[in-house]
Amino acid sequence: MGALQPNTVALFVTCLVENMKPTIAFDTIALLEDAGYAVVVPANQVCCGQPNLNGGDRNNAIATARRVIDEFVRFEYVVIPSGSCGGMLKHHYPQLLAEDSDYRHKSAQLAAKVFELSQFLTEVADYHPAAVSCEPVTYHDACAGLRELDIQSEPRQLLTSAGVQISELEETESCCGFGGTFCVKYPDISAAMAERKVQDVLHTGADTLVMGDLGCMLNIEGKLHRDGHSVRVIHYAELLASGIPASAKVES
Amino acid sequence: MDVTSQNFIPLTDVALEDDNLQAALKQLSGRLAAGRTAGVAELPEFDQLRVAARDIKNHVLQHLDLYLEAFAQQVENQGGTVHWASSEDDARQIVLDLCRSVDAKRVTKSKSMVTEEINLVPFLESHGLETVETDLGEYIIQLRGEKPSHIVAPAVHLSKEQVSETFFEHHRKLGFNEKITDRGALVAEARQVLREKFLAADVGISGANFLVAETGTIVLVTNEGNAELTTALPKTHIVVTGIEKIVPTLEDVSTFVRILARSALGADISAYTSFITGPKRDGDHDGPENFHVVLVDNGRSEMLGGDFQDMLRCIRCSACLNHCPVYLSVGGHAYGSVYSGPMGAVLTPQLATLDAAKHLANASSLCGRCESVCPVMIPLPQLLRQWRDKESEQKLSPTGMRWGLKLWAWVGQHPMLYRVITVVANQLLNRWPRQANGFIQKLPLLVGAWTQHRDLRRPEQGTFSQQYRKAGGQRV
Repeated sequence: MGALQPNTVALFVTCLVENMKPTIAFDTIALLEDAGYAVVVPANQVCCGQPNLNGGDRNNAIATARRVIDEFVRFEYVVIPSGSCGGMLKHHYPQLLAEDSDYRHKSAQLAAKVFELSQFLTEVADYHPAAVSCEPVTYHDACAGLRELDIQSEPRQLLTSAGVQISELEETESCCGFGGTFCVKYPDISAAMAERKVQDVLHTGADTLVMGDLGCMLNIEGKLHRDGHSVRVIHYAELLASGIPASAKVES
Repeated sequence: MDVTSQNFIPLTDVALEDDNLQAALKQLSGRLAAGRTAGVAELPEFDQLRVAARDIKNHVLQHLDLYLEAFAQQVENQGGTVHWASSEDDARQIVLDLCRSVDAKRVTKSKSMVTEEINLVPFLESHGLETVETDLGEYIIQLRGEKPSHIVAPAVHLSKEQVSETFFEHHRKLGFNEKITDRGALVAEARQVLREKFLAADVGISGANFLVAETGTIVLVTNEGNAELTTALPKTHIVVTGIEKIVPTLEDVSTFVRILARSALGADISAYTSFITGPKRDGDHDGPENFHVVLVDNGRSEMLGGDFQDMLRCIRCSACLNHCPVYLSVGGHAYGSVYSGPMGAVLTPQLATLDAAKHLANASSLCGRCESVCPVMIPLPQLLRQWRDKESEQKLSPTGMRWGLKLWAWVGQHPMLYRVITVVANQLLNRWPRQANGFIQKLPLLVGAWTQHRDLRRPEQGTFSQQYRKAGGQRV
């Protein structure tokens, strides 16, 4: 690889976005470019290893962490359109590798460069998104982003600055019941949690639910859909990028 | 500790269908979580107090032997007696022997989770001692033959109507012939019944929220006043508590008192905070003649210096239960342990066996809210993950899940393979039968659990890597 120009951001796509909804990654690229950054996509990226960490397979989580660090530590910034995977790289990797003399330092180095998208756009890029036209939306705070990275004001600030009105949920801090493999290991409990979230969403009257993590999106959207509700569920990157003129975007 | 946590899944199925329970949990989540939020907002130094509380507990745990000896010495100096119980069997036997030594027939008890842990009341009753729980919630569940479903509010799973039925059934023989449903009247009736028990008791058994090493004082934090009647009226007072309840000084107690009730209910302080030091002295108007403290280990010392030491900081406030989306979905009984919610999921495998309690650490979305409200900053999600690690090591977790994760990690070690696998998954899901609107309604095998309750959007045509390449994007 040649020398990278300054202000280059490496995109960590995440396994769910890679497989299920690449639009989120394209919209992330569009927003970063609109904010004046060059975006590169490292070829050898994989899953962050969170399923292993949470599934009692710590050693493999560590092996995956080393692999991700090797691939990403060379960049100036690493941006992730997910608080959950972001928390993994920024918060859990240094813990997992605290006793690894070689990777302890590298994991801390990487952690300092990793940003969840909304935090990068507000804190580093000082980005002011283009106006977006839409009806009032409601917003779900995904747990890992909220508690591991303290993402709360950033997406709201971006949405508000794009002219989007947010009608808040009553329970902004409650889990939607996704929890990775939890939702398939304990489907009935997970569904009860999703049901409470759905009721809260419906109660706001908003016809769009916005959030920043695809796992929670698939969960809440799937539950809304199964129960016959037509609320649209989208990533804030999708909503914000809709304000950028189409000609400026790398399209799929 | 006896548990029925093996039956977690059938117990949760029952709990999710129990309308009374669901109504009670809904009320609990609104009342206690909202109360805590408001209570914490009134105390700007709350977070500093959490740090201080954590540090005090960590310090004590580092030097637990010294503080326990100091406490025991002080209790003896004040005229009390300390008993060391390494197991629950020992603890029960010590209490029984103490009761027999004063020829006791009737025992009153205030609320104590350690006595629930060691199953003390059924043991004493089986040896002919009438033993009455005097905390209202504990009294109700004792009448019903149930275990506590919450560490602070043991009868929280019951409706007012259920309590009314229970009282009518059990109090009729005491001359209460009218079935009452008014909350205040129910409390008054229990008070009348219990008053007789307080006056007749030979022994009073309490727990302790804190043990003060410098003075030999036990601190009881309660809201009903029953603990005061339990500990002051009978001739013998037996304290049964865990060895981790030690704090160095009275000054330290003030730190905990400020965060305990606030974390539990949002209250500034509980209605009663009693400091009891030794038996009745010459010139005292009341108090017991005999004062015993039974210090229960029951697996705690094994946690010292190990992966789960942080859990010994727990002050049993219940904030983690009150904010846990899993607890609030299924209630406490589903956990099959007297300790439920996140703290119970961490503690139960230690006090029972990991095999028996293996569901508990897994039945969590690891949302992290428990840790964020814990007044002593216990990293509960981290401790749950550690139990999951141990389950894998001991091959207690489902084989399919274990191999699936290994396979996924192996794919993760080989980026080329990862790209191929994601393409295959993307294609497979794109070809899977679906509704006209693009949502998949039924998936097979393990992922079939997803479509039990929800649909799955059809993935976009092509993975990100494929689409990006097609769009001319460069990979570095």
